[in-house]
Amino acid sequence: MVKVTIDDIQIEVEEGTSILNAARQIGGEVVPPAMCYYSKLPGTGGKCRTCLVEVAAGSERDPRPMPKLVASCSTPVQDGMVVKNKTSEKVHDNRGAVVEFLLINHPLDCPVCDQAGECNLQDLGFEHGGAGTRYEEERRTFDPIDIGNKIKLHMNRCILCYRCVHVANQLTDKRVHGVLNRGEHAEISTYIENAIENDFSGNMIDVCPVGALTDKTFRFKSRVWFLKPMDATCGCTKCSGKAVVWMFGNEIYRVTARKDKYGEVEDQEDGKPAWICNDCRFDKKEIAHWMVEGPRKINRHSVISQGQYTSPRGNSQKKIANGN
Amino acid sequence: MSNTHVDLSKRHSEKPVFSSEKMAEVQGIISQYPEGKHKSAIIRILHIAEETFGGWLSIETMDYVAEVLNIEPIEVYEVATFYTMFNLEPTGKFVFEVCRTGPCMLVGSDQLIEHIESTLDIKVGETTKDGMFTLKTAECLGACGYGPMLQCGKKYHEHLTNEKVNELIAAYRSGELPK
Amino acid sequence: MARRILLEHDNVPGIETFDVYRKNGGYRSVEKALKKMTPQEIVDEVQKSGLRGRGGAGFPTGMKWSFLAKPDGVPRYLLCNADESEPGTFKDRYLMEKIPHLLIEGMIVSSFALGANLSFIYIRGEYMWILEILEKAIAEAYANGFLGKNILGSGYDLDLRVAPGGGAYICGEETALIESLEGKRGNPRMKPPFPAVKGLWGCPTVVNNVESIAAVVPIINDGGDEYAKIGIGKSTGTKLISAGGNLARPGVYEIELGLSVEEFIYGDDYCRGIANGKKLKACIPGGSSVPILPAHLVTKTAEGLDRLMSYESLAEGGFVSGSMLGSGGFIVFDEDQCVVRNTWTFARFYAHESCGQCSPCREGTGWMEKVLNRLEHGQGNMRDIDLLAEINKKIEGNTICPLGDAAAWPVAAAIRHFREEFEWHVTNKEEAQTRNYGLLKASM
Repeated sequence: MVKVTIDDIQIEVEEGTSILNAARQIGGEVVPPAMCYYSKLPGTGGKCRTCLVEVAAGSERDPRPMPKLVASCSTPVQDGMVVKNKTSEKVHDNRGAVVEFLLINHPLDCPVCDQAGECNLQDLGFEHGGAGTRYEEERRTFDPIDIGNKIKLHMNRCILCYRCVHVANQLTDKRVHGVLNRGEHAEISTYIENAIENDFSGNMIDVCPVGALTDKTFRFKSRVWFLKPMDATCGCTKCSGKAVVWMFGNEIYRVTARKDKYGEVEDQEDGKPAWICNDCRFDKKEIAHWMVEGPRKINRHSVISQGQYTSPRGNSQKKIANGN
Repeated sequence: MSNTHVDLSKRHSEKPVFSSEKMAEVQGIISQYPEGKHKSAIIRILHIAEETFGGWLSIETMDYVAEVLNIEPIEVYEVATFYTMFNLEPTGKFVFEVCRTGPCMLVGSDQLIEHIESTLDIKVGETTKDGMFTLKTAECLGACGYGPMLQCGKKYHEHLTNEKVNELIAAYRSGELPK
Repeated sequence: MARRILLEHDNVPGIETFDVYRKNGGYRSVEKALKKMTPQEIVDEVQKSGLRGRGGAGFPTGMKWSFLAKPDGVPRYLLCNADESEPGTFKDRYLMEKIPHLLIEGMIVSSFALGANLSFIYIRGEYMWILEILEKAIAEAYANGFLGKNILGSGYDLDLRVAPGGGAYICGEETALIESLEGKRGNPRMKPPFPAVKGLWGCPTVVNNVESIAAVVPIINDGGDEYAKIGIGKSTGTKLISAGGNLARPGVYEIELGLSVEEFIYGDDYCRGIANGKKLKACIPGGSSVPILPAHLVTKTAEGLDRLMSYESLAEGGFVSGSMLGSGGFIVFDEDQCVVRNTWTFARFYAHESCGQCSPCREGTGWMEKVLNRLEHGQGNMRDIDLLAEINKKIEGNTICPLGDAAAWPVAAAIRHFREEFEWHVTNKEEAQTRNYGLLKASM
C-alpha cells in the first residue's frame, strides 16, 4: 500500500493505482473529470487531458514536484506523492483551456442533441468552461456516414476519446470502425459505409461521453429529463440482463446500461461490468419484457435528478452533496 | 472547414492480386518480423500495393492487403489514412509533391508552386486533363538545403528553378524519366 | 576547427560500398567491440564520451542505454530513428546516402552493447531510395560476416532490418515510431512506461537517432575519453548541422561543437554568409521547433558574449533571448523574409502533422494555423496576436508528446522577438499582401 495526498486529503491505496482512481476512492470534489478514461475498458485514457493534475511532490523518496501537469488517469501514484487538483490554480487554468479546446469545434447543438442532460461535455463546460468563445474560425464539420439502423454517428460532436473503439475491440469479435485520418481531420469512421452491428455494439452509445453516438431507436423521442429511469432486469442469456429502462408513463422509451456516478457501467455481482446486449437495448421496449425493480437513483447533479427527485425544498440539494 | 470523404465510387473493378514474384517479395518482407508480428510489414506492403495497383489504394487494394496480412480491413484503413504518402484516390501518372514548409518557402517554393500551376494549368490538388500530372503540396521533405524541390515517385528533384521545372515536365511527358 | 570524424570519408569514391568503406578503416569498431570488449564496457565508453542524443532532445546516449531493462528471457531491441522530418533538418539523409556502412557499423556495435539480436532502422517513407541504399549495404555486411549468425566468430548474432514510414513527422517521436513499426497509426504512447521498460512488442527498447548511432563508431575506435576531448564543456564531439534558408552555401556540415556561430555563418569553410550579399535578419538554429533568434541575438548572446554552436551557448538566455541546438537544423533568414509567413508555414506543418490523439494539440495546432493564416493574409486584428500567445501557452506542457511544445515554441518566440512585424500585418493589410515585411520597417 502507498500513501498519497490529494487536495490535502490523505489516502492509502494499492501500489500501481492511478492518481485518478486514488481520487475516486476519496470521492467528492477532489475527483478530476475524465472524458476519455473509462475504468472498465483497459487501455483508455490519457487523451482528453481534462484530468490533468499538479504533482507538488513526486514521492517520499524524491519529493521534487513534476514540471508539467500530468494526466491523472494514466499516472500511477508513488508513496508520499502530493497531488493538487481543485486546490491548484494551474490546474484550474489549464483545465479551462482544455475545455475551450474541446469546445472550439463542437457544434454546441445541445438543443437538438439527444445527449443533452446527460452529456459529460455539457457538465464539463458548465463546471470548468468560460462563458464566451474566442474562436472566430469556421467550425469543423464532417460528412455524415451511416453506420447502421441502430446507432447514429454524429461525428461533429465527437471529442475522439477512443472509448467506442475499445468497446469494439474488447466486447465484440470483429471491429469494423476505428479512428481514421489524423490531426484535426481525425474521425471515427468505418471508411466504407459499413453497419456496426453485433450483439454488443450498442454499448458504444453508453460509453460515448458526448452525443456522437446515440440510440437511433430513441432519436428525438424525448428529452431525457422528461423520462423516469427505472432499474429493471430481464432474463437475458446473452448479457447481464440488468438495465435501466427510461419510461414515460407506462411506455419504455429507451434502455441503457446501469451507470455509476462516473458515468461508467456498473459491475455485476461477479465483478464484471454489466454491459447489455443489443437485443435488450434496442428490441425490448415492451413493459412485459422487463421486471421493474424500482426508480433508478441518479447520482449526478444533473437535470435528470432535478426533474425526478425534487421533493421538499432543500432535499435535492442534500442529495447532490451526498453524491447519491 | 468541412471534411469530405474520399470518393468511394472509384473502385477497382477486379480484385487486385500480387503476381507470384511480387507475392514472394511481400512474403520476404513479412518474414523479416518475428512470428506473429507480421502486422509490422503493413506500411511497406501498402507502398508496394500502391505502386503495383495503379498508384493509389482502392478499397479493393486495402482489403486485399488485409487478407494478405490476415488482419481486419479497418486496421488497414486506419493506417492508410494516417500516413500522408498514400493516395486514397486515383492520381495522374506523375505526382509532383512540392515542399512548401519554412526552409523551402524562404528560397521560393511559393513562386515555384505558382509557376507549376500556370504551366500545367491546374491548381494544387488537381490533375491535368491528359492525366499526366497531379500537383500536390507537401510538408517538409528533408531537403531544406536544396530547395525549392519536389518529389515525384521515389525521386527528389532539388535546386529547382522555373526553367528546370519546365525541363522536368518535358522529360516526364516524353517518357525520358521513368515513373 | 573543421573536424570531420563522421564525414571523414564522405567524398571518397565508392565509399558506399563495403570494400571501399572497409579499406578506409570501416568496421574496425565491430572487431574491437566483439573481440575485445564486453557490452558493459561499450556502454561505459559511450557514457564517458558525453555523447548526447543528436535527434533534438540532447539526452545523454550512454545514460539512455543504462536505463534499458534486462529481464531474463525477454528480447531487447535497438531501433534507429531515421524518420528525419524536423523542418530544417536533412543531415541523417546525407550520412545514410553517402556512408550507409557507418550507420550499419554503429548499429552492430550498439546492438551488441544493448544485447539486441534483432534491430531496425525506421526510415521516413519519402526516403525510399535511401532505404534501397541501406538494404544493399546491409546485404554486403551479411555477405562479409558482419551481420547474421556468430559475427566474426564471437558467438554474437544480429539481424538488421530497414522499415519505411509512410509520411508522418510524429513517427520521429520514439513511442510513435514504435507504434508505427508495429504496423499501427503513429499515435505516441502514454509514458510511463518508457520504451526502456516496455517498447517494441512490449519489450525493452532503445531508440537512437542516426547520427548518435554513427558517433558510437569513433567513440569505440578512439575511446570515450578521446571523444570527450572534442567539443566544449558538456557539448562533446562533433555535430552534423543542416544549413538551409538564405545562405550562400547551404548544405550539411560537420562541426566541432563550440564553433562560433559567426564563423559558421560567415566562414569560408562553412556557409560563406548570407545569399546574394544580403543581411541576416533572423536564424532558427536547431530545427523548426526551437525559438527563432533575431539578428542581434544570433552571433552574440544578450550579454554580448560570442554565441557558440553548442547545447549550452545556443540556450544562453533561456527562452527570453536564447534558443536551442535541437536537431541542428540551422535555418537562416535574409533581410527580405517575412517572419509571419514563416511562422504560419510552421504552424501549418504542426497542424498537418498532429496525430490528433490529445485535445490540446489536435485543436490547438489547428486553431493557431487558422489565426496565423488570417494574419498573414491581411485578415487579422491586434487581439489575434495576444490570442496566439495565449493558445500556445495552453498547448505547451499539456500534451501527450512533445509535438505540442514543438508547435507552441516557434509561435511564442516569433511574437516575442518580432511582435511589431505581426502588428504591421494588421495595420498594413494590403501592403502585407504584396510585400514581405523584411528589414525595411525596422530600419525606418
